Amino acid sequence: MADPMKIRAQMKGDTADIRVLMSHAMETGQRKDNAGNTVPAHYIQSITVDVGGKRVLQGQTGPAISRNPVFGFKVKGAKAGDKVVINWVDNKGDKRTDEATIG
Amino acid sequence: MDAFRRTLLKGAGATGAIAAALAAGVLKPSQVLAAEINRAAFEAKDIAGALKGIGASGAAESKDVVIRAPDIAENGAVVPVDVASNIPNTISLAVLVDKNPFPLTSAFDFANGAVPEMALRVKMGQTSLVEVVAKTADGKFYIAKKEVKVTVGGCGG
Amino acid sequence: MKQRLGMLIAATALATAFAAHAQPAPKKAAPKAPAKSAITAEFEKFREVLEEDNPAELFEARGEEIWKTRKGPDGASMAQCDLGLGPGVVKGAYVRMPRWFADVGQVMDAERRVVHCMVKYLGYKEEDIRKQPFSNEQRTPDHVSVVTYVAAQSRGMKIAAPQKHPKEIETYQIGKEIFAYRAGPYDFSCATCHGADGMRIRTQDLPNLRKPDQAVRAYQGWPGYRMTGGFMLTQQWRMNDCFRQQRFPEPNYLSDSVTALLAYMTVTANGQVYKGPGIKR
Ligand code: HEC
Repeated sequence: MADPMKIRAQMKGDTADIRVLMSHAMETGQRKDNAGNTVPAHYIQSITVDVGGKRVLQGQTGPAISRNPVFGFKVKGAKAGDKVVINWVDNKGDKRTDEATIG
Repeated sequence: MDAFRRTLLKGAGATGAIAAALAAGVLKPSQVLAAEINRAAFEAKDIAGALKGIGASGAAESKDVVIRAPDIAENGAVVPVDVASNIPNTISLAVLVDKNPFPLTSAFDFANGAVPEMALRVKMGQTSLVEVVAKTADGKFYIAKKEVKVTVGGCGG
Repeated sequence: MKQRLGMLIAATALATAFAAHAQPAPKKAAPKAPAKSAITAEFEKFREVLEEDNPAELFEARGEEIWKTRKGPDGASMAQCDLGLGPGVVKGAYVRMPRWFADVGQVMDAERRVVHCMVKYLGYKEEDIRKQPFSNEQRTPDHVSVVTYVAAQSRGMKIAAPQKHPKEIETYQIGKEIFAYRAGPYDFSCATCHGADGMRIRTQDLPNLRKPDQAVRAYQGWPGYRMTGGFMLTQQWRMNDCFRQQRFPEPNYLSDSVTALLAYMTVTANGQVYKGPGIKR
């Protein structure tokens, strides 16, 4: 199973600053391994973020997002203590959901 | 979820089609997300095709779409790109790299207080324009471009 | 002479750059470069952006999980591992190695000690670890994640490698000698590339590792998240790669000569603040 995400969520004024690190190979399908075999495409395809029970962000990603993706974004009107739930699904159907609390 | 009605991400009419397919029992709910992926846009091999795929052909150039990226990237495997729109009612942002084999890297929809601003890291195979498209709630598209030079390409990994 | 050296360094760098990245050279000539210092400044500006959210943290978390939850076949755990400050103490241990360990009668650097403990307590097989000591695209080995965790637990602390035990002093001296030892087909030593200010290969400037403020670069940012490939590399890897740059045979993994070089460079950097695992090109 995929490693947990690292989520940091901090209020700055009236806006929550949220950063997330995801553990994922983000294989393009064009790379060859040491043995010369093409490594199949394997990448996160969709991302959702809920804050305080509301969907604030949804994204779609292709293999050109760097390996071990990092995303940063901001949510106005969120407050300390709100729960942040981030989910990703990749092109093979693997998925992962992690949570953090806004500090 | 209604907040995401008019997003970049769904192919035209996809939502209706999926609802119908679900009702007819053709699709399992678990397939819905995958089915919603805007494949046409992500599989387009040139910038024109990718822009068309997200409905943004003919987007107006705007200085209010802001791109922060290095003039010269240390490593094409990890190019930090921060994008933002100062255009009121921006609901989506898409990030494209002209010269990549598949120019569309990602697209994001914002709602419920999310600021139209995104920090991400992309792979770039070679020196290219990075293009960012903003979509507003009234269905208009705006675009900005910035060149990023790449000396060590990043499409191997 | 200067000219000849310059050419050789350039040639070596070119050859190794291709080998190291295992990816084709940019097909077109590199874009016309602005002044080097401008490039370096631009790299540094965005290096900061990259370091703010460093995927190294993912490996740190994996290492922490191994350190805190894994058990060996006889129920032992890393809580018994003494990194020099007592069993199980991780905080501040990284910046105090290499050091003398009486239990094994050896001076060990951090990676060597971590591997020692993982073999002794968690039941890892040393020959398995030696099969793939360094990370690649497919796999970052467990011991590398543990080293990353241990290193992160010294974030913000001053480097303070001890020079008390006679063996610690001797190890430093040996490292100093290896650093200056010239041999191989190009008659290179470490000092050829790292013994003077302002040396560079292509866009990479090379630290003068004899000076404390620059020797810290042997330490700073290691273990480092490598952007090319997206995995963690340790100081041990850096040393092996530099022996290769030098056209020397690569040392065996966890060899005394690498510990000695690390001791020399770490002691030279003593007193500087370690910022934790970093990000490397
Ligand atoms: C042929 C030139 C050459 C020789 C000889 C050489 N190195 Fe290096 N060294 C390099 C290059 C190139 C780098 C990578 C610099 C970079 O990536 O910015 C490097 C990086 C390093 C670093 C990491 C610096 C950093 O900023 O992370 C250390 C430490 C180091 N070398 C130590 C040594 C030691 C010890 C020796 C002798 C065993 C040695 N080098 C021999 C070329 C050389």
